[in-house]
Amino acid sequence: MAHAATHDHHDDHHGAPKNFFTRWCMSTNHKDIGTLYLVFSLTMLFIGGSFAMVIRAELFKPGMQLVQPYFFNEMTTMHALVMIFGAIMPAFVGLGNWMIPLMIGAPDMALPRMNNLSFWILPFAFTLLLSTLFLPGGGPAGGWTMYPPLSLQGDSVAYVVFAVHLMGISSIMGAINIIATILNMRAPGMDLLKMPVFVWSWLITAFLLIAVMPVLAGAVTMLLTDKYFGTSFFNAAGGGDPVLFQHIFWFFGHPEVYIMILPAFGIISEIIPTFARKPIFGYKAMVFAIASIAFLSFIVWAHHMFAVGLPLGAEIFFMYATMLIAVPTGIKVFNWVSTMWGGSMTFETPMLFAIAFVILFTIGGFSGLMLALVPADFQYHDTYFVVAHFHYVLVTGALFAIIAASYYWLPKWTGRMYSETWGKIHFWNSVIWVNVLFFPQHFLGLAGMPRRIPDYNVAFANFNMISSIGGFLFGASQLIFLGVIVHAVWFSKKKATDRVWEGAKGLEWTVPSPAPFHTFDVPPVIHDEDLAHGHVDH
Amino acid sequence: MTCGGIRPDGFKRAVPLKRAVAWTTAILASASGAAWANPEPGQLNMTRGVTEWSPTPYMLNNVVLGVCTVIGILVFGAMFIAMFRFRKSRGAVAEKWAHNTKVEIVWTTVPVLILIVLAYMGTGGLRSFADTTGSQMTVKVTGYQWKWRYDYVDYKGKAIDKVGFMSKLDSRSDETRQLNSGLDPNAVKASDGYNTYLIDVDHPLVVPVDTKIRFVITAGDVIHSWWVPQLGWKMDAIPGIVNSAWTNIREPGTYRGQCAELCGQDHGFMPIVVKALPKAEFEKWLADQQAKAAPPAPAAASTAQAPKTAQIAPAPSHQG
Repeated sequence: MAHAATHDHHDDHHGAPKNFFTRWCMSTNHKDIGTLYLVFSLTMLFIGGSFAMVIRAELFKPGMQLVQPYFFNEMTTMHALVMIFGAIMPAFVGLGNWMIPLMIGAPDMALPRMNNLSFWILPFAFTLLLSTLFLPGGGPAGGWTMYPPLSLQGDSVAYVVFAVHLMGISSIMGAINIIATILNMRAPGMDLLKMPVFVWSWLITAFLLIAVMPVLAGAVTMLLTDKYFGTSFFNAAGGGDPVLFQHIFWFFGHPEVYIMILPAFGIISEIIPTFARKPIFGYKAMVFAIASIAFLSFIVWAHHMFAVGLPLGAEIFFMYATMLIAVPTGIKVFNWVSTMWGGSMTFETPMLFAIAFVILFTIGGFSGLMLALVPADFQYHDTYFVVAHFHYVLVTGALFAIIAASYYWLPKWTGRMYSETWGKIHFWNSVIWVNVLFFPQHFLGLAGMPRRIPDYNVAFANFNMISSIGGFLFGASQLIFLGVIVHAVWFSKKKATDRVWEGAKGLEWTVPSPAPFHTFDVPPVIHDEDLAHGHVDH
Repeated sequence: MTCGGIRPDGFKRAVPLKRAVAWTTAILASASGAAWANPEPGQLNMTRGVTEWSPTPYMLNNVVLGVCTVIGILVFGAMFIAMFRFRKSRGAVAEKWAHNTKVEIVWTTVPVLILIVLAYMGTGGLRSFADTTGSQMTVKVTGYQWKWRYDYVDYKGKAIDKVGFMSKLDSRSDETRQLNSGLDPNAVKASDGYNTYLIDVDHPLVVPVDTKIRFVITAGDVIHSWWVPQLGWKMDAIPGIVNSAWTNIREPGTYRGQCAELCGQDHGFMPIVVKALPKAEFEKWLADQQAKAAPPAPAAASTAQAPKTAQIAPAPSHQG
């Protein structure tokens, strides 16, 4: 390939800067910035995870043993904010940064300096947010949804609002960069309908981000002015409406849910064909399904609000619209299964996580369908059933996809193979304990345990103890992940080949492992048979 | 009641002493669809509830759970067959096809048909829930941090004056739930031996059975949510907004629930207890309360005047 000759000479004049500060803080290189995002996200995963450990420890048995209720609420709130905005979203941005230019044959992101800025905002945003835990008055304790009037009772409103503003600015810049890169920097011959599904999923996600992050910014700004400047947007006594906040918040919040899952769909759509050694089933249907889900995400927000006393017509509309999402989501699941059918499968760690994703995400989808039925939701709403539902889609969904992607592309990033044995140990521990952790929470919710409570009746004791044990062990299992990464980056002796996986297709596998500091300085010549989706029926 | 399955004595069913018995009972009960009076250890499924409407979410839950289970078995079954048959280690050679219009049409259409059936069932339940007309009694529920206030507005078309009270966590639960109190949550029990830790109050809401009761629900500070699983619904209590919902309890008994919207530090400690009495007993209780409230005629009246609306039926005339 044409580019194969181009990366021999760049170590002399534009390799990675030697100076640590210059390399990492001043970086405009998509790979280094991608690495920064991924390291940041892994750090946040452990911080957010430690909050979860506090929650599960307090819920281990009835009675208050460890923390005061207010601190418990700070933990639930911070756990959500850190995991959503600090762990899951930056991980996808990091994966996008690393892989999108490699997958479409671009030399870098379209806007490299903005790329640097959008990453380096994040540490400041999270310093601001996490510092509230150490300040008088404490951190936010009104839930990540920040419903007024409760959220306005906190002393940390300004910190949270400005942290959310920063995260939003970072996300919007990242999204603009991704759209600009995908639409302008594809190598000649990389038609839109030949792009990897992961690139498609990020293109659509980026539009969702640009559409909804400003809405969140507006909502929290109104909280800020309600708290400090005497406005009454959400204050009934001043003519405002507390429910208005929920409408605005969830107009952001539901697309946000898909921002956290669409790139995961993309990842799984890359991994399954590689290890089934068979092209993805229904490529165009997959792309169209992602686009449909993205569109529907804008018209389902009030399904988070079925218990606020919506008019009958609104409840019926949002119930139907929400149920519709099951159709494109079902198509995706059926297509993944069909991709496996007739393949020649091997089960390396990325594939194991991808298979677990398909099964467990689908279980989360089932409970999602149950929650969409308004009369049943009157019982499920705000119970542990909901907690189980969204952890199935976010932990065994989004997080498992991120872990799968990490194993899948780690050899390309580091040039060394990770330990397959330890990868599998990590997988089996994760998949067993995550189910011990979250499956019993369905029962707790059905039996009537509300979410966000620090203590409970003894009727809920059995399943809470099981769930906590699962939680501790799932948390501990992620230390194996850390170990596998550290080993692969610094200690592994086993060199990765350029292609890494026998069935891997796509431009990212045509560059050497580890991917050199600069790739595709000269656009690659595209051969359709090298692409995962080069032969699309028209 | 045409759905069956509610035992007339469900509310005073003896509480099993041994955990094993409790688990067995729970599993059997979940299989037979019987009602729990309240959460039981090891409870696996939603309660059927004790009201005219509460079987609706329960039946819907069971149907959709069944549908999801069948789809899950088919999809995951196909996946496991694929994982077994099409392994490289078994010598499987990958096929080339990546597309099949016929099956794609089938697995787009079939889910749509299933969803239409589910949507139809969901809509029917919702329409009857939304209809609060024809109620014979009105209770105003107000959420506060962290207690509930109940005001009796009217009963059988007659306005009720000055019957209203605060209802908060019982003192035993409250002492036990303090950080490192050293008290055992297992020891907080009602007279019948049922554990009431965090689900008991000082003054329960007392209501009659076989009466369509309209609740008007609001809040005084932040948003709360009034939820008793046995009644089959929850409704947010929002400051500045008055929501309404209704119930018609079929069996006398004590039904317990909790606040279901995060409302601050003691959100987990503001339970709800509804005591449903036979009509005659309720009327006697109400008369006692009115008598207590009436004689000294204190100026500080906290209850609201009964709204004279067409929604209050003059006589009991419910269908059932």
